[in-house]
Amino acid sequence: MADISANFLGIKSPNPFWLASAPPTDKQINVLRAFEAGWGGVVWKTLGSQVKNVSSRYSAVDYNGRRVMGFNNIELISDRPLDINLKEIKECVRLFPDRAMIVSLMADNDRNSWHELIKKVEDTGAHGLELNFGCPHGMTERGMGAAVGQDPDIARKVVEWVMEAATIPVITKLTPNVHSVVPTGRAAVEAGTHALSLINTIQSVTGVDLDTFVPNPNVGGKSTFGGYCGPAVKPIALKMLTTIGQDRVTSAVPVSGIGGIETWKDAVEFMLLGATTLQVCTAAMKYGFRIIEDMCDGLNNWMNEKGFQTIDEFIGRSLSTLTNWEELDMNFHIVAHINQDKCIHCGLCYIGCEDGSHQAINLSYGNPYNTYSIKEDECVGCNLCQLVCPVDNCITMTEQRKGDEYLNWKEFQRRGLPLNDH
Amino acid sequence: MTIRNNRLTADEYKEQFSDIRPPFETYDAALVEANRCLYCYDAPCTKSCPTGIDVPKFIKQITTENLRGSAYTILVSNIMGGGCAKVCPVEKLCEGACVYNLMEEEAIPIARLQRFATERAIQEQWPLFTRKPSTGKKVAVIGAGPSGLSCAHALSREGVDVTIYEKESKGGGLMTYGIAAYKVTPQFCQEEVDYITSIGGIEIVYNQELGKHISLDTLQKNYDAVYLAFGVGLARQLEIPGEQLHGVVDAISFIYDIRTKGYPAIPVGDQVAVIGMGMTAIDAATQAKRLGAKEVTLVYRRTQQEMSCTEAELNIAKLDGCKIVWLAAPKEIVGEDGKATQLVCNIVKLDVTGAMVATGEIITLAVDMVIKAAGQMPFEELVYSNQLDNNKGKVIIDGNSTTSIQGVFAGGDCVNGGKEVVDAVQAGKDSAKAILQYLF
Repeated sequence: MADISANFLGIKSPNPFWLASAPPTDKQINVLRAFEAGWGGVVWKTLGSQVKNVSSRYSAVDYNGRRVMGFNNIELISDRPLDINLKEIKECVRLFPDRAMIVSLMADNDRNSWHELIKKVEDTGAHGLELNFGCPHGMTERGMGAAVGQDPDIARKVVEWVMEAATIPVITKLTPNVHSVVPTGRAAVEAGTHALSLINTIQSVTGVDLDTFVPNPNVGGKSTFGGYCGPAVKPIALKMLTTIGQDRVTSAVPVSGIGGIETWKDAVEFMLLGATTLQVCTAAMKYGFRIIEDMCDGLNNWMNEKGFQTIDEFIGRSLSTLTNWEELDMNFHIVAHINQDKCIHCGLCYIGCEDGSHQAINLSYGNPYNTYSIKEDECVGCNLCQLVCPVDNCITMTEQRKGDEYLNWKEFQRRGLPLNDH
Repeated sequence: MTIRNNRLTADEYKEQFSDIRPPFETYDAALVEANRCLYCYDAPCTKSCPTGIDVPKFIKQITTENLRGSAYTILVSNIMGGGCAKVCPVEKLCEGACVYNLMEEEAIPIARLQRFATERAIQEQWPLFTRKPSTGKKVAVIGAGPSGLSCAHALSREGVDVTIYEKESKGGGLMTYGIAAYKVTPQFCQEEVDYITSIGGIEIVYNQELGKHISLDTLQKNYDAVYLAFGVGLARQLEIPGEQLHGVVDAISFIYDIRTKGYPAIPVGDQVAVIGMGMTAIDAATQAKRLGAKEVTLVYRRTQQEMSCTEAELNIAKLDGCKIVWLAAPKEIVGEDGKATQLVCNIVKLDVTGAMVATGEIITLAVDMVIKAAGQMPFEELVYSNQLDNNKGKVIIDGNSTTSIQGVFAGGDCVNGGKEVVDAVQAGKDSAKAILQYLF
């Protein structure tokens, strides 16, 4: 039996799965239900300056009949009175002392506001603070949220204010609405933040209603850019997470990973690229808190299968395998192979390769089933056919090295080796 | 044991003859299946459709909510795509070729999706096709069945004025008169005919039979070309003693009566034997059962390997509670007071070459009704009397749908001896192409 508990800056939780700062964590009734379901911790929905929310608030991107591949929202921070939030946080900590209670904060842009807010929150007994430098809608118009996270100098200043007052661990949450998360991450670390979390949501328009001509979500005939999240953003989050884990400065602090995590497999991928804890929102909004059961169970089974006792044994393990393109081995070469016994003759590999890639698949007409085979000499080993094939392990990529030695692009050029001739 | 009609209540009839393959109730339900489609390249389903409907394309168009485009994709290849969605033996055509079968997964329900895409177009008479201005050319078509309608529509689109002569009082041919009512309703058949003729330039003259009310000579004089699509129709006789007894009917007229007289009017026996194992035999057996027959037995002189109905059809009969006797060749129908009482069959076996060999054993079924569904015969006399080259009554055509008489074309069941509706539609398309080449 593997140990799936997490220790993040001394904040312990029975599993690494926290609910991200969002509607599922905005009041006692939800949070208690989440803890009862088994969640390891929560990041309480952002507290700060007074706001009021609009209706509607959410919209989604569906794909091939599956709902909510991507999700966006234009909801602001908590619009409930601060004292009620604080009272409820205190109660939740009392009832579930073994779970992580992090409170997300976004104070007005002055030192006193931050200091006052931190003092009040610490009085609840919460275990940590998360600074919301990421919210990409609404709050940015007031110079808050992503407006802070997009400017390393402002972020550094705010973190410095926070660190003057905070006596519990501080996590700075980064916005992805930048060309790189590293500059703001470095600024926050240099200003003393204990940890980073990423990503917040991505500015987006999920679609336009083709009857009303108004983009989603529709608020009385108008819309506004919303924050994009859900499974669609996972690849972007993983990339940004990697850059934090590979940077000399930011890699010094632990990271809480966020962005489209829905299953234990998603979670493990985030952990392999450096995340210690995982934050989930969209999946819980779509399916409810019960998804935690398989997340814990699947993680445990995977760790047992791989022989890991604790999560620390594999956190960050894949980071070193992501390199610059120039360091990739040009002698590595793979060629597709179609298993004719498994092939169902759908032709998707053929038309993908023919129209979209390298014309490396033979078509032999049959009625009704055509036969497809690889032209090995033409195959560049791009994976496209394997990716579009609907049958598992029907198309496999087999290694046919061009040479024994490791040969990168710089060396390739230095030797003046020949380029393609067609 | 008696043969009588009016065995069920109105509600029971309604239930017995309700749609055997109900449509998708909602768009979302259709989307679940449409989204499973892999969108195969050079798709096996399309290649297995006699009319070559671009199946992946029309299914993709359902998923993009382009229902109008989807209906057009179907109907441009098969103007009776709505009806075919209900009556095609898809398990041996498009759905049978679906690549999911090779994954041991359920095939895409192409027919149901096709019905979903075409139903509104037909009900609401979407004007998906436009007719070119009249060219002044006139073509006569014999028979308003699938082949005749398909040919007429294709010709009309090119500006040809078409007159269809139909011996019955309604169009649709076997769709209207020869198919089980739980597959396609007379109302739908009417809507489909109306939809096809809504393009304009097609006039159907009903109750006009070739050789009786009109002659080929006259048509040749009055029209620039003639298309023969009069189908087949005469039930094959068993040539055994007792065929003339009361209670012995042929499946074609049995089904025709169901389609024209209403369910309560159709008499069935308590114990019915149906001879044959084609689609028509199944339609007759299941409908006899659904009309209230106590016991229905399908009698076939060969095995399941040789039967011409599909397994899906056989399953309908089995689920309806019909019994099946394989390897029994009808020998004699025995009667009392002129009424059939027993069907006597030789038990046979098949030798290595597949030929039937008598075993010497006999099986006797107690019956009060025998429905003969041993195939249909071409209209041999009509064909001979018009001096058309033929093969045992089946009109012979060349590669261009042309008969031995210049300007006279033929296609569908009257040529092939009786195939599926979808084959007849394709024959109509092919013939229209040949006629257009001949005319212009």
